Amino acid sequence: MRWRSLCVLALLVMAGCKREQRLFDPGPNASQLANSVHGTVVQAGGLPYQPATTSSYEQSAYAVAEGKRLYSAYNCAGCHSVGGGGAIGPALSDAEWIYGSSPDQIYATIVQGRGNGMPAFGGKVPDYQVRELAAYVRSLSGQLPSTIAPSRSDQMPIAKAEQARQQEHPGDENTQPIQHPESH
Amino acid sequence: MNAISMLAAVPGFTGNQSSLNPAGPMAQRIEHTLALIFFVTGAVYVLTMVAMGISVWRNRLAKEEFPSPQQTPAEQDRKTVIAVASAMGISVLLLFVMMLASFATSHAIGKENGRAPFEVDVYGHQWWWEVKYPQPEADKMVVTANEIHIPTGSLVRIHGTSTDVIHSFWAPNIHGKRDLMPGYQTDLIIQADQPGRWRGQCAEFCGPQHAHMSFLVVAEPMDKFHAWMTAQAGTPPPPSTSQTQHGQEVFLSRACIMCHTIRGTVAGSRVGPDLTHVGSRDAIASGTLPNDAQHLAQWITNAQQIKPGVRMPPNPMPQQDLNDLVAYLESLR
Repeated sequence: MRWRSLCVLALLVMAGCKREQRLFDPGPNASQLANSVHGTVVQAGGLPYQPATTSSYEQSAYAVAEGKRLYSAYNCAGCHSVGGGGAIGPALSDAEWIYGSSPDQIYATIVQGRGNGMPAFGGKVPDYQVRELAAYVRSLSGQLPSTIAPSRSDQMPIAKAEQARQQEHPGDENTQPIQHPESH
Repeated sequence: MNAISMLAAVPGFTGNQSSLNPAGPMAQRIEHTLALIFFVTGAVYVLTMVAMGISVWRNRLAKEEFPSPQQTPAEQDRKTVIAVASAMGISVLLLFVMMLASFATSHAIGKENGRAPFEVDVYGHQWWWEVKYPQPEADKMVVTANEIHIPTGSLVRIHGTSTDVIHSFWAPNIHGKRDLMPGYQTDLIIQADQPGRWRGQCAEFCGPQHAHMSFLVVAEPMDKFHAWMTAQAGTPPPPSTSQTQHGQEVFLSRACIMCHTIRGTVAGSRVGPDLTHVGSRDAIASGTLPNDAQHLAQWITNAQQIKPGVRMPPNPMPQQDLNDLVAYLESLR
């Protein structure tokens, strides 16, 4: 009985290894500049329900921490404020998602921009960095497990750490039609 | 030349990253202290070893085990006490000599504080050095990376800080180490008397590419230093050939513009090194690669193969674009 529980513990510990795995070179595909998002799919009655896809970037604590670094490096904080509280741009830490809360929708928002001020970063940022950013943005409203979300800030903490945030449950009623990126 | 500096002139240490080849007064004082401590401890070590060797040799025929408790005549006890006490006395004396020499060195170096006519701001980043020369007019400020130019024979104050983790500024031919702390400023007064190019390195482990975080201190005569400052303060002329013009377009329309600055263009981001005069530098990637077209192209295409974990993402692009971009960057002198 004892060795069995030890085995289970060892397996659990080993499962934790992957979340800190660092993939420095994401390969030629993911390194291409992100600029391929399909046009809007127009469909009567809106799109059928799709379960939220979790990208592999949302299972790596390193990728999410990189997203956090890029969030300030690319000055996302200039409009959405440090920690996603919102200022000129909408808050990213609540349940309100004007253009959808799934990783693909956030990817599309970053790559093609949105009306009312969100610039398009397509052609400027590598694909994998957009996915890291999208993963970090989702951690701001507690959508990521606390083992993945960043736990400490380099700045003075003005809000709860991403890890300690309660999961918000975004409603579907405000979403715009979903736009699919080409590659996953 | 005093006795110590003659002793300190150990042959074979001519390197440009060595505290045994000092290029300025501070490094020279540090080297003298180092030489003093080295020769004192070296002499003590040799004498101790010789004494032990003699003792072993003398008693080589003593076969029987020592009785326990050991019985020794009173005369021998007295001799032992004198020998141990005098050895201890000499040790304490020598330790005091080394301590006072160390105090004197620290005092002599610290005395220069507050008298530096030149000021340089050094920012440690993971894993490169940002160097700024503050000027009264903001548009004359010189910003460069991984290369610190200083005039010879003049005190220079380094204002050091870090933007992420603790780094340590260390150019051993010029001075000792100084840690750079995030959110805190540390100062170091340096001086180089010999002109030359001295390599320095981060001396505090700061992440996966700590070993590839070096810089160059370029000490040159005052007139050459001022000529360099004037050239660096200006903006490079607009690209003249069709190749460099296209290279500039590539730079401004791709990912480069997200992180780098080239003054005189719309590129003004402060995440990566300032590339306004990148063509004038000796090395790229913080002293990792020589600055030529081939290595620059490799670095742009996939920096992760050269320095895994570095902040520069891979940038796959058509060969023509890459060639033109490299030609443009090399033209920024």
